[in-house]
Amino acid sequence: MRVPYGWLKEHVELDVPPEELADALTMAGVAVDAIERPGEEVGGVLVGEIVRLHPHPDADRLMVCEVRVGARTVQVVSGAPNLREGARVPVALPGARLPGGQIERTVIRGQKSEAMVCSAEELGFFDDRPKEEAGVLILPADAPIGEDVMSYLGMDDAVLVLDLTPNRADCMSISGLAREVAAIFDRRVKAVPPEPAEDPGLAATSDKVQVVIEDPDLCPRYSARLVTGVKVGQSPLWLQARLRAAGMRPINNIVDITNYVMLEYGQPLHAFDFDRLAEGRIIVRRARDGERIVTLDGQERQLDSDMLVIADPSGPVAVAGVMGGMDSEVREDTVKVLLESAHFEGRSVRRTSRRLGVPSEAAARFDRGVDPKGTVRALDRAAELLVKYAGGRVHPGVVDVYPRRVEDVVVTLRVSRINEVLGTDLDAELVRGLLSRLGFGVAAVGDDAEVVVTVPTRRKDISSEIDLTEEVARLYGYNNIEATLPRGVTTAGGRTETQLLVERAGRLVRGMGYDELVTVAYHSTGVFDRLRLPAEHPWRDAIRIANPMSEEQECLRTSLLPSLLEVLSYNARHQATDLQVYEINPVYLPSPGDLPAEDLHLVAAVMGSFGAVQWDAPARAGDFYDLKGLLEALLEGLGYPAVELRRPEGGEYPFLHPGRSAAVVMGGDVLGYLGELHPDVVEEYDLVGRPCVMEIDFSRLIAADRPAIRFRPLPRHPASDRDLAVIVDKSVPAAEVLRLVREAAGEVLEDCVLFDVYEGAPIPEGKKSLAVSMTFRSLTGTLTDERVQEVEEEIMAALRKELGAERRG
Amino acid sequence: MREELLKIKQEAEKALAAATDSAALEQVRVRYLGKKGELTKVSRSMRDIPPEERPVIGRLVNEVKASLESLLEERRQEVERAEKERRLGAEVIDITLPGRVRRPGTPHPLRATLAEIEDVFIRMGFQVATGPEVETDYYNFEALNIPSDHPARDMQDSFYISRDVLLRTHTSPVQIRYMQAHAPELPVKIISPGRVYRRDDDPTHSPMFYQVEGLQVDHGITFGDLKGVLLAWARAMYGEGTRIRLRPSYFPFTEPSAEVDVSCTMCGGEGCRVCKGTGWLEVLGAGMVHPTVLRNGGYDPEKVTGFAFGMGVERIAMLKYGIDDIRLFYANDIRFLRQFGGIGA
Repeated sequence: MRVPYGWLKEHVELDVPPEELADALTMAGVAVDAIERPGEEVGGVLVGEIVRLHPHPDADRLMVCEVRVGARTVQVVSGAPNLREGARVPVALPGARLPGGQIERTVIRGQKSEAMVCSAEELGFFDDRPKEEAGVLILPADAPIGEDVMSYLGMDDAVLVLDLTPNRADCMSISGLAREVAAIFDRRVKAVPPEPAEDPGLAATSDKVQVVIEDPDLCPRYSARLVTGVKVGQSPLWLQARLRAAGMRPINNIVDITNYVMLEYGQPLHAFDFDRLAEGRIIVRRARDGERIVTLDGQERQLDSDMLVIADPSGPVAVAGVMGGMDSEVREDTVKVLLESAHFEGRSVRRTSRRLGVPSEAAARFDRGVDPKGTVRALDRAAELLVKYAGGRVHPGVVDVYPRRVEDVVVTLRVSRINEVLGTDLDAELVRGLLSRLGFGVAAVGDDAEVVVTVPTRRKDISSEIDLTEEVARLYGYNNIEATLPRGVTTAGGRTETQLLVERAGRLVRGMGYDELVTVAYHSTGVFDRLRLPAEHPWRDAIRIANPMSEEQECLRTSLLPSLLEVLSYNARHQATDLQVYEINPVYLPSPGDLPAEDLHLVAAVMGSFGAVQWDAPARAGDFYDLKGLLEALLEGLGYPAVELRRPEGGEYPFLHPGRSAAVVMGGDVLGYLGELHPDVVEEYDLVGRPCVMEIDFSRLIAADRPAIRFRPLPRHPASDRDLAVIVDKSVPAAEVLRLVREAAGEVLEDCVLFDVYEGAPIPEGKKSLAVSMTFRSLTGTLTDERVQEVEEEIMAALRKELGAERRG
Repeated sequence: MREELLKIKQEAEKALAAATDSAALEQVRVRYLGKKGELTKVSRSMRDIPPEERPVIGRLVNEVKASLESLLEERRQEVERAEKERRLGAEVIDITLPGRVRRPGTPHPLRATLAEIEDVFIRMGFQVATGPEVETDYYNFEALNIPSDHPARDMQDSFYISRDVLLRTHTSPVQIRYMQAHAPELPVKIISPGRVYRRDDDPTHSPMFYQVEGLQVDHGITFGDLKGVLLAWARAMYGEGTRIRLRPSYFPFTEPSAEVDVSCTMCGGEGCRVCKGTGWLEVLGAGMVHPTVLRNGGYDPEKVTGFAFGMGVERIAMLKYGIDDIRLFYANDIRFLRQFGGIGA
């Protein structure tokens, strides 16, 4: 909503400058986003009179005129086709500012030109006629010579740009806002009743026009008035200027007047060409399914029975509250105008306007709520203006069909309740005073415990005690209410269990050098192909967003991997190729219930060199074992038992390298995967090196039992350490060797660590050497060397038997 | 004999003084105090002196021996100390070589800011509550006093999954879910952080963003209490001198409703580029819980009152760190992320 300050001032006693007004409105809940001064681009353009005019001696199309501006007379060369002696025109003297630049003295074909006579367009007015036709802007004959044109036209007015909340429909008009201003500053509104000057010689509107409302639920009231003898033309410039300042385009005097009254009173109006309405009959009804209408904008629109139309006996002539029809539109030759001022039900207008894709100022007002009591007053105001600016003659009376009468709401307000909610100590007198400033009826009841408030129909947003409490609070001033702290029992705040575990996991993972990511929850469906997923892959069963803004929001993610790859790709493109990153966030999985399952996942990736560059060690690429180590450390740090890795089963993870990937298994359940990316995926995402990724179902992990921590006595007897290196086939998994060591050693083996893996000379081809460091200890006594020797031999025997292992060296 | 002993003592003392390393000291020890040393030789020759002199000479031998041993020990300590100092003096490293670092990972600035906000409210006794991101129309709108076809729905343009299921546009549905699960327990005192979704995409709006909402319901909760709690939060977050300002506004689920400004974190209220000269920054929306919402949560609005507030985490982080484009949070450019290494409490 754009409010010209001068226009507002006509409606309320207002003596504060626009800035102060804007602050006060904002602090009362009517947010003013900006104060604009559209005339600011123009300066120093004055009203002048053409006193003499003669052709340019050396140019066919140019004229030389002498223009009187105040006491001076200047010579101007112009090519405008509509120059005439005696005309008053805008004159830009040297130094004047126009949107196109500053004006300077010049010489045109040998004739000096000391100023410029301006067209409407040159002053920043809207004018869609070609420049040659438009010519110079001819001002009214009584325009005071020497006065600033912008100020004369009202274009120097400040415009308040409001950001209205949807509840404040009452402020969507100049007079409505004036009432709010009056309440804030405790001033009076200047309500001038319109005087439509009816012509008693003409037939009454009701003799000429018949209105039938077939659906009073969608149209509680329909008022109309007939004005004939109008002459369609341009609106007066001041009116055009106000429309433009308020953000509407001037069209012609008839349409402009309906728009002007809508802006002024908040009541949308429509003007029909009465001669084009069959039988002078207006029928307000639902459209028939499939019925069509060509609207004002030239579009043919298909209607249905949820939409309300204004029809004559031959068919629809307007979509109620949304847009008029082309056939009944006011044209240049229109002489009879039927003004419609109706009350349409907001939700229906909203739905229709949305369905047809036609937003309009009228629809926006009906949607939020228009005062049903204001229909006739708006008609009268429009008629008054049509007489003045379109030569109209007003037929006596109005047709006013009002089947669903809307009454003021009466609310009883407990003063004690206000204070309970606000934490204040206001008394009844103050409350009554504040509410009456809004123009509400207030009556004291009994001992001042209650106030009975009559809320006018224009304040549709107020129907209950709490609504009135807010009105009291906002006029009293939110910032006059003292800040206190709640009293009551002390509560222990805290995070949820899940949150605590997520944070702890995050700290562990960050401690290992991984940066945290936060990515969006959606992606395009094309992602699945990029990951080489087969048609039946479960990730493809993603929840679709019905109305995405772009393909990036086609579906909700079923894995965190796609966004992770996007991040790797983005950074690789920006030359950041060494990354260790992770994210913990939900995935969204179809579920038999009403809503999807939202499971937390953890992903991590290593790409490029691992860790910081060091001066005493060569750089090393991050790999599978870095992520495996991360997983192991995470589980240990969170207190969960270790997981197993198993090789993927046929095509389980098509986006991973088949030989360098694994399923992460916990207690028989697959918890996730870990592995190097498949080279095709690396290429698809323009990644570098051999990035590795891991994803685990964090929700499922934290649902697992964490073994209770129990103290074990510290050992009292010394340990014996032994190293053992064995040669086995290359294909033997290290875990198998360790398992056999533990099994064969039994309980005297306290710890066993693999510390070396070696292939190459002198180890035979196809073989490898594994070296383990073992710690033996007995809880009951000191182990003898002989006993340790025995155990070592048993271990070696088992390895020899099961794996054909040999002791190395 | 006596003269001989004193001479040995003199010589030994000179030799000890001259020895400057452990090896030289050892040589001196062997020469004078060793098994074949000078002093031992003297002891051995005791049998050659008259018996009546033996005790005197014997005592003298012992005295000289004790004196030399003590002197030797003293010198040994001196020499070892000097040797250690020489060794340490030679063992110099370049302390300017970089440390062997495992650079700690950076928390994402949004999550860190969120945690900071949460911590302030947790200290004030608020419990964190969470709820689903994919929500029903009932919890996201209806129960919060936003019926369908209500103009307020325009304030939050939503992503729909189906007619009745959508991506939540705020974390307010958690209020209803929590109240329904806990009514009639009092007090209700929660904050609900989380991801929310609206159809908006520009430098200050992201289709997905983080919000934190708070709700406190109890006997006698007032609008003044709302102001007090928010003021305490703002001061914990932005410093003791911070002021807040409330402007009337409209949210269907609260009444009275307010937009809450904090005094500009850049200029302290003087007016600057960040606050566009106003001295204030809008950081959250708040209000008294609407009676309809209390009823939908299972509480009697005649018996209890409550306040609620909500804030966008991105905006707070943007203001705090001077970030000018919301999309930076979700691009995860490592050069951006690594600027926040020291973030958090």
